[in-house]
Amino acid sequence: MFPFNFEWAWDIAHMVFFGGFWYAISILGAGLTFCILKAAYDTFKGGGESHH
Amino acid sequence: MDSALIPEGANRCSFPKFAVGIAIVGAVVLWGVYAMGLIWWKGLNQTNMNDYYGFALWIWADLAVIAVGGGAFFTGLLKYIFKVDELKNIINFAVIIGFICYSSALLILAIDIGQPLRGWFIFWHANVHSMLTEVAFCLSCYFAVLTIEFIPNILENRQANKVPFFHHLAHNMHGVMAVFAATGAFLSFFHQGSLGGVAGVMYGRPFAVREGLLIWPWTFFLFTWSAAAFGPCFTLLVTRITEAVTGKKLVKDNVVHLLSKISGWMIITYIIAKIIDTIYWATVTVPGLGFNISHFYSNNGFYGYWILVTEILVCGVIPGLILIMKSTRENPTLRLIAIVLGVIGVCLNRWVMVLQIMAIPVLSFDTWALYVPSWQEVATTVLPVAYGIILIAVTYRYLPVFPQEKELNRTKPVTE
Repeated sequence: MFPFNFEWAWDIAHMVFFGGFWYAISILGAGLTFCILKAAYDTFKGGGESHH
Repeated sequence: MDSALIPEGANRCSFPKFAVGIAIVGAVVLWGVYAMGLIWWKGLNQTNMNDYYGFALWIWADLAVIAVGGGAFFTGLLKYIFKVDELKNIINFAVIIGFICYSSALLILAIDIGQPLRGWFIFWHANVHSMLTEVAFCLSCYFAVLTIEFIPNILENRQANKVPFFHHLAHNMHGVMAVFAATGAFLSFFHQGSLGGVAGVMYGRPFAVREGLLIWPWTFFLFTWSAAAFGPCFTLLVTRITEAVTGKKLVKDNVVHLLSKISGWMIITYIIAKIIDTIYWATVTVPGLGFNISHFYSNNGFYGYWILVTEILVCGVIPGLILIMKSTRENPTLRLIAIVLGVIGVCLNRWVMVLQIMAIPVLSFDTWALYVPSWQEVATTVLPVAYGIILIAVTYRYLPVFPQEKELNRTKPVTE
């Protein structure tokens, strides 16, 4: 899973598999972090009602 | 009693009536949990699997719920990426159904591995040459996507939405939902495909093996296609059941017609590809491996040509034709028949691609393995259904799942 795991190898299979995995995790993590931080900012700013 | 939690203007049954319903279904959940506990405590000897037959009934259920749960990713793709705006009226429910299906699939996998405490090995010590590893990765990540897509709906609960942070969080998550939906579509494409790919690369099983494109056998594409085609049928079916149970119209006809039409065209294109694949497999692949197609459909008491005809013609061509023609699609009875047939069809396809594959003899001294599941397998397969009913009941009661519900069920003013 990580380069420091004993069975890790810098081959194409590991790079494709884990490249895709960490890419997806990064997008989800970044997106969620952005939403949480912006919600905290909006809350403390005390802005008016937002609509969706 | 719980009226403060019920969406404003929505009419729900009394709490005691709701609690009785949940208790009845909850008893089924407890039965399933008991069977699950037995399997975790005593091991897989509680099933009727053995060295000759290694796929339990729940593996079929796993593939089937993933296929029918495909309605979530496909509806999300249409709504957020292709901007089919009408689908905003059913997307919440599609996400909830997807959430139920994928959480059930993960639960089934946790039961199937026998040693759930070692479940994390598939990530930590990943076999990067296995399509099933890809399935595990994509399934887990896509479940995270579905959870993220579900959260705003939970935060829109009447009480939760009063908390400013939750209100802003739901708003912001809606704002970037396209990014999550695109990631979900990417993940779904690969795990749906890889589940099909697993069958297609079984070189020792002539019933399953297929040629393909580069490293992907044709079953890879057929599985993704079928999930996108039949998944919306399941969304529509569960919506119809919910409408029947609640006695209310929850989604406008134009939304149902649109999703049915898209599903119909997806089914027709899929079934053409499936027919071509079957003909090529029967006339080229199978003879090339020294077999005749009759080998897979004879000399046993269950699997005959009927299963092939039912899957492709009755549950593929017929629902597809009903859903693409305006006159039949807009007839509620015919549409219901089509979506029921469609759901049966995709479940039958997964049955064939999981259980029939394992049943067919491949060596000259082999016999058909007609397997009967143990009660523990049945109970753990029924468990996700009961859990799904409870989650749908709770979300329908407390969350604003259907944006058109209020408009469609306005109480008529008293004129006298």
